[in-house]
Amino acid sequence: MKGASSNKRESAALPSPAGNTGLACPRAQTAMNCRAEVLEVSVEGRQIEEAMLAVLHTILLHRSTGKFHYKKEGTYSIGTVGTQDVDCDFIDFTYARVSSEELDRALRKAVGEFKDALRYSGSDGIGQISLEFYQKKKSRWPFSDECIPWEVWTVKVNVVNLANEQERQICREKVGEKLCEKIINIVEVMNRHEYLPKMPTQSEVDNVFDTGLKDVQPYLYKISYQITDSLGSSVTTTMRRLIKDTLAL
Amino acid sequence: MDTDLNSQDRKDLDKFIKFFALKTVQVIVQARLGEKICTRSSSSPTGSDWFNLAIKDIPEVTHEAKKALAGQLPAIGRSMCVEISLKTSEGDSMELEIWCLEMNEKCDKEIKVSYTVYNRLSLLLKSLLAITRVTPAYRLSRKQGHEYVILYRIYFGEVQLSGLGEGFQTVRVGTVGTPLGTITLSCAYRINLAFISTRQFERTPPIMGIIIDHFVDRPYPSSSPMHPCNYRTTGEDNGAAYPSVEDSQEVCTTSFSTSPPSQLIVPGKEGGVPPVPSQPAHGTQADHERMVMCTPLDGALYSAATPSSSEDTETVSNSSEGKSGSPHDLLETIFVRKVGAFVNKPINQVTMASLDIPFAMFAPKNVELEDNDPMVNPPDSPDVESPLQGSLHSEVSSGSSTGNTHDDFVMVDFKPAFSKDDILPMDLGTFYREFQNPPQLSSLSIDIGAQSMAEDLDSLPEKLAVHEKNVKEFDAFVETLQ
Repeated sequence: MKGASSNKRESAALPSPAGNTGLACPRAQTAMNCRAEVLEVSVEGRQIEEAMLAVLHTILLHRSTGKFHYKKEGTYSIGTVGTQDVDCDFIDFTYARVSSEELDRALRKAVGEFKDALRYSGSDGIGQISLEFYQKKKSRWPFSDECIPWEVWTVKVNVVNLANEQERQICREKVGEKLCEKIINIVEVMNRHEYLPKMPTQSEVDNVFDTGLKDVQPYLYKISYQITDSLGSSVTTTMRRLIKDTLAL
Repeated sequence: MDTDLNSQDRKDLDKFIKFFALKTVQVIVQARLGEKICTRSSSSPTGSDWFNLAIKDIPEVTHEAKKALAGQLPAIGRSMCVEISLKTSEGDSMELEIWCLEMNEKCDKEIKVSYTVYNRLSLLLKSLLAITRVTPAYRLSRKQGHEYVILYRIYFGEVQLSGLGEGFQTVRVGTVGTPLGTITLSCAYRINLAFISTRQFERTPPIMGIIIDHFVDRPYPSSSPMHPCNYRTTGEDNGAAYPSVEDSQEVCTTSFSTSPPSQLIVPGKEGGVPPVPSQPAHGTQADHERMVMCTPLDGALYSAATPSSSEDTETVSNSSEGKSGSPHDLLETIFVRKVGAFVNKPINQVTMASLDIPFAMFAPKNVELEDNDPMVNPPDSPDVESPLQGSLHSEVSSGSSTGNTHDDFVMVDFKPAFSKDDILPMDLGTFYREFQNPPQLSSLSIDIGAQSMAEDLDSLPEKLAVHEKNVKEFDAFVETLQ
């Protein structure tokens, strides 16, 4: 799907996840106007997905509009964004997300891959998932378009292991409270009304918004993640070593 | 200032603010209905979805909001407030949150009304959707139904935060600058969810006016029983720490059921476990009684109830409502007779059924009790000449004869745990007294000693003569030793 992909930051030794439409534009060297926000959570293994979805959906709720319908005379009308509440199964928490199954699927896929990567890294895996909003800047041929990020949200995740059911119950509540704090943090940032891309003309709309969804229109975004295993080294090096060892047999 | 804004922009801005206020109320109230909200996205604009968000309009809520606004708009000093409160099935209520839509003087002249302000208001509504799921009242509202309901009240004017208790927290949802001022949306919420009973409950008029019956078919039959409250609760003093809403009843009821079998006498109630009162009319009264009764049973376990009762007693005594007797009278007439574990014989000393005072055993007793006490009137013991024994007897006898006048030595009938009477037919005190002075050894008695010395001296020469005869044998013996 255009605009949504899960990439590891490191080299191409790792398989590219399915659904990656091969975002061609290279990363912009400078990110002067890019604001970066970092959130940290500690969760149990089975809470990873729900916690990440809660945070990412809340961000995307604020960064999605209705579909634009351009009319003559350069005006446009905007569709309607619906919302729905989602109860978490493993956390005492409910969040509101945009009513768009496509968007939900895309996020679930990315978060699922992140969770699997975290799980395989070992018991004390630490990872982070990043949601980056960017603008495309068209360049003349033969240069490819630039991707200029203007907002990056990073969620650092620390996976904890719990011994018994009582601890899990406490964790349910604690993580719920922590997520409440994170939502308040996100809302606070959103309401600073800092830089947002200008509303584009019809020809420019694909440089600012992801127009591939049928019911809503989020800003162009991409999701990436990074895992560090317990040894502190990035999992990419471990994977590379594994692959090399396998091939050497 | 107003001349800077052209009339069209001014009209637009007023319209935006008005509909923003109405949508804000809808979002807040719908988030407290107790169920998940779901609306659909629509790619083609319908024209009726303000701020490009699908927010349903519950007609009663719109009606209430319009009534509260009465054609005005939030302005400086005039805020629109949505108060969310909780009401139990017994009629006690507590304010949980106040959502405030305020306007201040800080103007942003440069901002474009029809475009930027509109989009920012839309963003603010999205933030409101997120924040309403995050305050503590959300989880409470999802569980409403049987024991409590969540109510809302809309008012316009000065913000009243006094009903939220001490230490309430504030979260700012967001701000939007406009040429007329800055719109601020915030929420002040109670964090001390300990339950309070309203003192004013009996004074305020019943919640009539506009009551929507639970069971009448409504356009949203699945929505929870939400009632618009039209009465204004005055500020309440919420100093004490009370058990939380859902726990307070549990604390009180479990305290009764787990207490040892006792005769708990409370004025106006039968013995045994008093039931949790269910009539709302007597709710407050029963609450007071319940809270007072929690104290003497087991102070250590239910210390949470103790300050409540002390606070409550002050409340009750301060209020002008007539109650039979002061709370202190209530305490005095309650007693608990506990039977200790493992004790075979029941304690029968305490037969007076009045005060439960500590160390009641040591209190001055009346004559009737004294006669029954074996410590005061011991059974006949054998005559012993030891001075200590004698003194003990004398005390005992003086105790029995003087009775109440012997004040500085009180006999305690000591019945230790695990003791049984059939194994040892006497108690420890008696045993100790009897065997305290055993008879003297015969060899140590003076008369006998003297007699044996004389005999020894007389028989000495005969013994010497015998030994001289056997000298040779002795010498041979000594040689064998060398």
